[in-house]
This record gives sequence, structure tokens and C-alpha cells, in this order.
Amino acid sequence: MENHLLSIVTFLPVLGALAIILVPKEKLDIIRWGAAAITGIQLIFAIWILSVFDFASGDVQLVEHFAWIPAFNIEYFLGIDGLSAPMVLLTALLSFLAVFSSWNIDKAHKGYFALFLLLDAGMMGVFTSLDFFLFYIFWEVMLLPMYFLIGIWGGPQREYAAIKFFLYTLFGSVLLLLGMLALYFLSEPHTFNMLILAEQSAQFGQAILLGMNAGKVIFILLFVGFAIKVPIFPFHTWLPLAHVEAPTAISVILAGVLLKMGTYGFLRISWPVLKEATLWFALPLAILGLINIIYGAMAALAQRDLKKMVAYSSVSHMGFVLLGMAALTPAGMNGAVFQMFNHGTISAMLFMLVGVVYDRAHHRDIEGFGGLAKVVPVYAGVTALAFFAGLGLPGFSGFISEALTLIGAFPVFTWITIFATVGIVLNAGYFLWAYQRVFMGELNSKYEKLEDINGRELFALIPLAIITFFLGVYPTPMLNLMSTTLNQLVEVVKSAGMAAGL
Amino acid sequence: MINLALLILFLPLLSFALQIFFGRRFEDKKGEWVSVGIQFTTLIMSLAMFVMMISRNDPNFSLEMQKSWLDLGVFKIDLGVYIDNVTIIMLNVVALISSLVHLYSTAYMAGDVRYSRYFGFLGIFTFSMNGIVLSNSLFMIYMFWELVGLSSYLLIGHWWEKKSAADAAKKAFITNRVGDIGMFMGMMIIATVLGTFNFQLIADRILDGTWASNAGMLFGGIDPHKLLTIAGVLVFMGAVGKSAQFPLHVWLPDAMEGPTPVSALIHAATMVAAGVYLTVRIFPFLTADAMATIAFIGGFTALYAATIAITQNDIKKVLAYSTVSQLGYMVMALGTGAYVAGFFHLVTHAMFKGALFLASGSVIHAMHHSLHKLDDHQTDPQDMRNMGGLKAKMPITFGVFMVTTAAISGIPLFSGFLSKDAILAGTWTYAANVHDGWLANLHMAWILPVFGFGAAAITAFYMFRLIFMTFYGEAKKPDIFKHIHESPKVMTVPLVILAILSTFIVFTLPSVNPISDHGWFTEVVQSPETAVTTGAAFDLEHFEHGMHEAHVPAMVTSLIVAGLGILLSVLVYLLNKISAENLATKLGALYRGSLNKWYMDEFYINGIIRPFLKGCDAVGRFDLEFYDHYLINGWGRNTKRTSRGVGFADDLIVDGAVNFSGIIFQWLGWTLKFIQTGKIQNYLIFVLIGAAVLFAVNVY
Repeated sequence: MENHLLSIVTFLPVLGALAIILVPKEKLDIIRWGAAAITGIQLIFAIWILSVFDFASGDVQLVEHFAWIPAFNIEYFLGIDGLSAPMVLLTALLSFLAVFSSWNIDKAHKGYFALFLLLDAGMMGVFTSLDFFLFYIFWEVMLLPMYFLIGIWGGPQREYAAIKFFLYTLFGSVLLLLGMLALYFLSEPHTFNMLILAEQSAQFGQAILLGMNAGKVIFILLFVGFAIKVPIFPFHTWLPLAHVEAPTAISVILAGVLLKMGTYGFLRISWPVLKEATLWFALPLAILGLINIIYGAMAALAQRDLKKMVAYSSVSHMGFVLLGMAALTPAGMNGAVFQMFNHGTISAMLFMLVGVVYDRAHHRDIEGFGGLAKVVPVYAGVTALAFFAGLGLPGFSGFISEALTLIGAFPVFTWITIFATVGIVLNAGYFLWAYQRVFMGELNSKYEKLEDINGRELFALIPLAIITFFLGVYPTPMLNLMSTTLNQLVEVVKSAGMAAGL
Repeated sequence: MINLALLILFLPLLSFALQIFFGRRFEDKKGEWVSVGIQFTTLIMSLAMFVMMISRNDPNFSLEMQKSWLDLGVFKIDLGVYIDNVTIIMLNVVALISSLVHLYSTAYMAGDVRYSRYFGFLGIFTFSMNGIVLSNSLFMIYMFWELVGLSSYLLIGHWWEKKSAADAAKKAFITNRVGDIGMFMGMMIIATVLGTFNFQLIADRILDGTWASNAGMLFGGIDPHKLLTIAGVLVFMGAVGKSAQFPLHVWLPDAMEGPTPVSALIHAATMVAAGVYLTVRIFPFLTADAMATIAFIGGFTALYAATIAITQNDIKKVLAYSTVSQLGYMVMALGTGAYVAGFFHLVTHAMFKGALFLASGSVIHAMHHSLHKLDDHQTDPQDMRNMGGLKAKMPITFGVFMVTTAAISGIPLFSGFLSKDAILAGTWTYAANVHDGWLANLHMAWILPVFGFGAAAITAFYMFRLIFMTFYGEAKKPDIFKHIHESPKVMTVPLVILAILSTFIVFTLPSVNPISDHGWFTEVVQSPETAVTTGAAFDLEHFEHGMHEAHVPAMVTSLIVAGLGILLSVLVYLLNKISAENLATKLGALYRGSLNKWYMDEFYINGIIRPFLKGCDAVGRFDLEFYDHYLINGWGRNTKRTSRGVGFADDLIVDGAVNFSGIIFQWLGWTLKFIQTGKIQNYLIFVLIGAAVLFAVNVY
């Protein structure tokens, strides 16, 4: 069994989805608990994977490698390293917890949970694949369930939001596909194997494509595909809309896992395979990171819809990931991937919390509340915790990762980093301002009878809060998990750059 | 010793956890006494460390312990504890004020809606503050720095039902963060150049030339000395925020919305002094220019805040501005190189200002009860214009007020006299001896004594104004006056203890000379060696000698100016020989400026915050219009909209581009939809097509 852990963790949800389709639709409890059980088992497997994972090695582990379509040298190639292991854990964790945020889905439960599990499989597959073709398939597999999950179970404008999400992502996928094929045909022998592609990195840096440096052209193709997912300005506008319309659990997945697929794609493919182009594009990427940080925070400050504010805060927080990645220093790189994980847990909390108040008040207008702390003290307390985690208070994991990205980027992009620190103030601004308007002041008499957060909701939130707090006080386990791989990545990209005289 | 320190650090955190998780259930069962007990335990431990320090009598004593916390192989951050005599004294100050405030609060906060949570928050504050005190590195101090910011936020906003309290809490946190980003940038510079955050290592590596050889890697080969100045000033920005120095002082007066014991503990005695403490810690690597900047900001703040305190009528606001002013003194002292004097004033100030706030709390408490009896919810219990004549009703509070006012005004026999005199002697010496730093280069060093003595005169004036308005004269509201009573013992005992600690002898021992500039304090606290090898403002020995020389003239001058201030106060507010109203009308613009805090809040709101939020709105709309674009008009009417939107094209370049591709890809999407099914066969077809395209591209 140990040899197939990654296949199991990836395809278990597919089996679960099939099983759920077979359950009669009246048996609501079986469907829900079935989904919880499947994702729960998946989480156990994810933890098992970490327990057999060798922290000291930076290479890919738990490899499953078979020829799949030999005619095109396409392989079934799974494996994880310090970059993907945290993402596997994050995906399993958030999928499990999001099931509990899906409890009050009010129609077509069977379809919902089946698609939810399919989505889960797609995400997991993206993080475990080491064959670009396989990666791409999982990337697309995830797209369709997402489209339906937003389009059918979403808010009032769900259809537009879904179509918009779909078109945006599709646009990216097409370019990603072209980039992938270009790599395939430029590699010798033709391959989709990411590790081999990475070894042939220098070759891509010298080849010519469309009359230009192939490495740079392909980098841009892949960049657009990944940037839309992150999302990086100016490809971010699908995000607030999709978030606002998506049901709570899907927002959790969207912010918690999907956005990371973009930055993961960069680090898994663009960085190692296109090393020289990466160095060449590092500065523009850092500038985009800065724009994300400031632009996202400013837009968040302007929002009246709580969920939109949280959505824009994601844009801002992902900017730190970009900045840290672009810096190509150990601190920046580890900070970036740590920030990916932390943003996953923190934004998941934030979206769950928004869902809690929306389920009760049926609106999310920040100005439409007031003084809620009086009637829902537990909810107010948990929200305060999540908001302070979100604004990067020391003691919560987000602080460490943001600080690391900034410290890591500072020697490389000094001025950009100086401006990026302004984001620290702005983040505090919108979180505290929103908190004041929702929870403080005189109690809005409409909400005198508001119910406090319930046990099921707390059950989904508390593990995240504990993780955020634990990693904020003691980040070592997570950093040990990732640092060997990431330091190696920094090393190879930089030495390739030096070899190329950059 | 280290273990003791760790206990002192973590016990208050335990108190926090207990109160947050179990406090509610024990609110009627004296649950708060657990916290009080914990706090007094840490006081006893701190005192034990104090006694050890005195018996050791070694100014160079230091201990350090650190553990790896975050290790990326090539980059690591250690957390650790550094203990020297400054640490020990500071731990005692925090433990003492915190314990007394805990005790005092059992009466002051009795019956509060969130009573147990209040004690919990006091716990997390004390924990974070001890963390700052014990930190051995900039990074660790930064973490606890933010945590005291959190506890300050929670405690200022304790009565968050009031909008003003919620506003003040938010303002405090965000204003502090503005200072903190400066501090963070300074940290990043230091970490980049030296590869460490540790205070001792920073000093060592500046001394051994690492700084000079590495600094060039930043900002394209900047002069290392200049970079050190920049780093020092940036880190000091954290202190500007936390210690409410101009121009980030605006949050502190508003922070008076918090409960008064909190004002005493956090916003007078300890947390706001953290900025001064930080400056003490970074003192060894401040350049002459950085020190000149620090001295100037501190001196300016001292005078500036004093001019505002004159006209305030809210008893807590007067004390708040006086705190800002006194913090300015401490900062100025450190900037002039009078290290011992600056830290000394921090300690004496903690005692007398803590007492002043607690005593004002006692007055407010009495006023509050009286108003409660009268069922009066309109009258402001903090407005001194509603007081008067309280001396008769509240003798203990009055006595404490007198002693501590004497201390803050710099009257002999009281502690403030000693420390303030040392600071003024320091500015005097600085002005006379300094030969480097921009103040000296501009021949402006003399401005520091002007700031210092000017603020001293004004301080004496407004403090006695406060005394006269509150305790002397006729009761301005006789019916309120009727119900005024002295506060209970748990409140007055802390007051009396702090008043006793505001007398000279506490600090001059073993000497009993009330004007002595030597005592146990100067025995155990001595200025550290500077790590800045080039361009030091002056050599230390020369400076200490100058301090000694300036001691008497500075003392005489300060006595004269304080005397003048008190005299004027007596004439105006006690004897009514000069009418305050007439003075106000005559001074016109000056009076209004002072009353309105020189319009700094207005400047920030109208000049920075509003325009910025407008900018944010513009950004938000910029993003939103785009959605409207989609949502309202739909795909089919996109074209029409786009042509009409040409006028907006400038604003909406990004939108336009995305819209345009939206149209194209709508079409593309419809086409591709049939391919993008996730079916492998279809993908393979796509692969083939793509391959054909690429071959075609490659061939031609």
C-alpha cells in the first residue's frame, strides 16, 4: 500500500464520487457523512504520507512511475517533494473541513457532493503529478466541477460568475497547453516528464520559438495560465465575483487551494524548467507582486461586501507569495510557500466566518451590521482571531511567512520591498475597520436575536485556528518539510542563471 | 536567573488563558484574584532579581540564552532572553505597576460587563510587555511589539459599544503599525547587511567592520555610515509610534477612552515607554546623525505636547499630553547621549505618572459614583470644570496628587527632579560639546535645552493648573460635590505606594542627599560602549565630565523655570489674579491652536486618510465597474457598451483589454467547450492539432 499512497490519496475522492452517485438522493445523511468520511480518510492518508516523507531529502519521493501512452511518451508519474507535500496536506485538510461548511447546501445534494469530490481529486492530482500532461489533465478536471459548483449552487448571479470563471480559466488553459506542447517538442527526446524537462532547462534558454527566445515565450505562455489562477493583477477580476457568488465551502476551496495551484505551477514548472527566463522575469514578477499587495489591499478597503473584502485580501496576500518567489532567496522562497499554506488556512477561516453570518443575516453588507459582539460573543471572538491572523499579527503563522517573504526579497528588490511593507498597514486597516463596523458600536436592533456560531461551524474552524496558531509559535515542522527542496530550487535556478551569465 | 525570567514572562500568559477560557464562570466567585495573585507572584520574583542585582553591584552584568526558532539552513532566526541591569529594572517596573493596577482594578472595574476578560487582557499585555523587555533580538522585540499593540487595542476598545472607544482602538493599532513598518525596514536593512537580529551581535559586527564591508550591497553602494544612520532612524520609527512621538503621537490622547487603570499601566507607565526601551537597546549602534534626529524629535515632542496640555479640560487628556511630553524628554535624553538619564526618567516617570493616572482614576471613580447617584448621564465626570474643592473630600488622593505633581514638575525632594535634572544637564552638555551630527553641523544644538527648559516651565504650569482646578477653590457643581467620597483602600493603597516611590530617597540610596546625581541607580546602570567607530558625537568620558559640570547650572535653571510656571499657575488658577478667559482671548490663535491640538488630527483626516480612502474607492470602483459591465449588459451588449465606454478608456484600460478578450474568448470558449471535456481522446486530438501548428511554425 505504501507504494501507492499518492494514487490512493488522489483517486479516493473519485471512488467516493462514484459511490455517492449510487446512493439514493433521499438519503441525505448518507451522502453528507459519506463525503465527510471519504475526505476524512483522504486526510488520514495525507498525514500518513507526511509520516513516511523524508524531511531531509529535497528530491521527489513516494514516486509512482509508469508508461501510460508510450506513443507520445506520456507517463503516469506521481511523486511529491517539499514543495508539494504541504499542498497535499492543505488540500486534504480543507476538503475535509469544507464538507462541514457544505451542510446547508439546499438542493441537489448528490450532485453537489459528487462534484465536490471530483474537484478534490483534480486538485490533489495537480499537486501529485510530475508529468506535465497528467498535470494538465488534472488542472482541467478541476475546472468543470468548479464551474458547476458555482453555477448551480451559488448566489443570485451565480451563472455569470461561473461563466466568467470558466472563460478566464479556459483562456489560461489554452496558453498553458500551448506552452506545454512547446516544451514537449523542444525537449529531446520529446517528453512531458517535469524532472527531465528541468534537466534540459538550458536547452530551452537557447532555442528559438516564433523568432524569439523559446524560454521567454514559453514562460509567458505558462505565466498567463498560472497568473489567472493566483490571481495576479491584471488577471484577478474573476476572483471577487466568483467568491461572492460561490457557496461558502467552494469559496473556502477556491481561496484555500485553487489560488495556490497558480503559484505552485510557477514553482513546479516555470522555475525549474525555465530557469533563465525566470531570472529574466523576476523583476517584473516582483513588481506585479507589489501591485497585488497594494492594489488588493486598497480595493479591499473600498468594499462594503464582507466577502468581497476577504476576496480582495486574498489578492493582497498572494502578492507576498509572488514577491517572495521572485526574489529567489531561501528566506523569500520558504516564506512564499509557507505563505501559500498559511493563506490557505487563514482565508479558509475567513470565508467560513463570512458564511456563518451570511447564513443567519442573509446579507454581507459591512455597514448593515453593528455591535454584533454583544449577541454573538463566540463568533465575534473567533472572527477577531481570524482577522488578526489575517493582518499578520505575530503569534499567527501568516506573520512569519509575510515577514520571511519581505526579508527574503529585501536584498534583491530593495525598493519594491520597501513599498510592499505599506501593505502591512493597509491590511490592518481594512480588517480592523470592518471588524469595528460589524462587531463594535451600538447593537443594530435588527440582530438582537442573532444566533451564535454553532458546534458544526466551530468544528470546521477550530482545527484551522489551532494550526494557524501552532505554526505561528512553532513554524519549524512546516519549514523543515519544505526547506530542503526549496533551498535546492533556489540553488539550481541561481546557478543556471550564473552559468548563463545573468 | 533565566528560569526566573521565563516564569515572569509566561505567568501572565497563564493568567490570560485562565481568564479567557474560565473567567466568565468565576466572575462572581472572586476569579479575578487569581490574576492579581499571579501578578504579585511575578512582582516577588522580579524583586528577587532586583535584590540580586543590587548585591551584585556590577554594571556590566549580563546573561543571554537563546534557542533556534526558525532554521532554513542558510537563514535562521533565534529567539532568546537577554538580561542585564536595565532588563531587571524594567521587569520590576512592569511587574510593580501591573500588580498595583490589577489590585486597583478589582475596585475600579467592579461590576463591569466584561470584568473577567478585562483581567485576561491585562494578563496578555503584561506577558507581551515582559517579552519586549526580555528580548535579545530585534525580531523578537518586533513580535512582542505587535502583541502589546494587540493588547493595547483590546484594552482601549474595552468599552467598544462606544464608537469613540472603538475608533480610538483602531487608531492606536494602525498608527502604531505605521511606525512599525519603519522599524521593520530598519530590521531588514540590519539583517541583510549583518545577517543577524541579535542586539549584541549587531553591535559586535558593526565594531569589527562587517557593516562597513557589507553595507554597499544595498541601494547601489551607499555609504555604510549613512546606511547605519538610516537603519537606526528607521528602527527608531517603531519607537516614534509606540512612544507617541511627534508626528505619530495622535493615538495616545485618544487611547484615554480605555479604562483609567489601563491608561496608567499601558498608556503612561509601561507600554508607551517601550519605545524608549527600544531606543536604549539600539543605543550602541546609533550614529551621530541618528542621535541628532532622535534628540530633535524627542525635544520637539516634549515642548509640543506640553503646549497642548495647557488648554485641555479633560483631566485624563492633560495627563495624556503630559505623558507624550515626558516621553519626549526620555527620547531626547537618549538622543543627546544621556543614556542613564533617559532610562532613569523612564523609571521615575513610570512611578509618578502611574500614580497620577490612578489618582485621576480615583477622582473619576468618585465623580462617576456621584453622578450615578444623581442619575445624571450628561455631565462629563472627567471634565475638570465640573470639579473643584475635592481636597476636602478626597484627602489621600489629593496628597498623592500633590506628591506626584511635585515629582513631575521637577521639585527637589522628589524623584522627577533627579531624572529631569539629569536630562536637562544632558542637553546642556550636548549643546556645549557636540561636534558631529546634523544638529551640530547646522549649529542648532542649542535648541535642545530650549525645548527642555521650555517644556519644564510649561509642565509645572499645567500640572498645578490641574491641581488647582480639581482640588482647590469652590466646588463648581455643589450637588455633585455632595456625593463625592474617597475611594476604597484597594485603590488608595496602590496610590500611596507609588507616591512613596516618587520621592528622591528611593533612587538616591545609599546617598540621602536630595540633589545627589549619584545613587544605586547610577551604580548599576551605565552607558554602554558605542559600536559606531566613526563620527561619534563626542567621546563618552568627556561627556560624563560635562554632565557633572552642567549638573548645578542646569538644576538652578530648571528650578527657576519650574518656579515661574508654578507661580503663573498660582496667579491664574489659585488666586485668580489673572483671568484665564482674558488670557485665552488675548492669545487668540495660539489658544485655539493649543485647544485643538494644533490641528494634527484634522490634518491627518483631511490631508491623508480621506484622500487615501477616496483613492481606495476609486480602485474599488475601477474593479467594480468592470463587473457591472458584465452583469448588467451581459455578453451580447458588450460591444455597444465598449463603444460608449471609449470615453472611459483612459480609466479603464485594463478593463477594456479584458473585456475585449472576453468577447473573443466567448467565441473561443464556445468553440473550445466541445473539446475541453476532460476526455483523453479529445485531448489527444488537441495535442495533434497543436503539434501540427508547432510544426508549421517551426517549418516556416
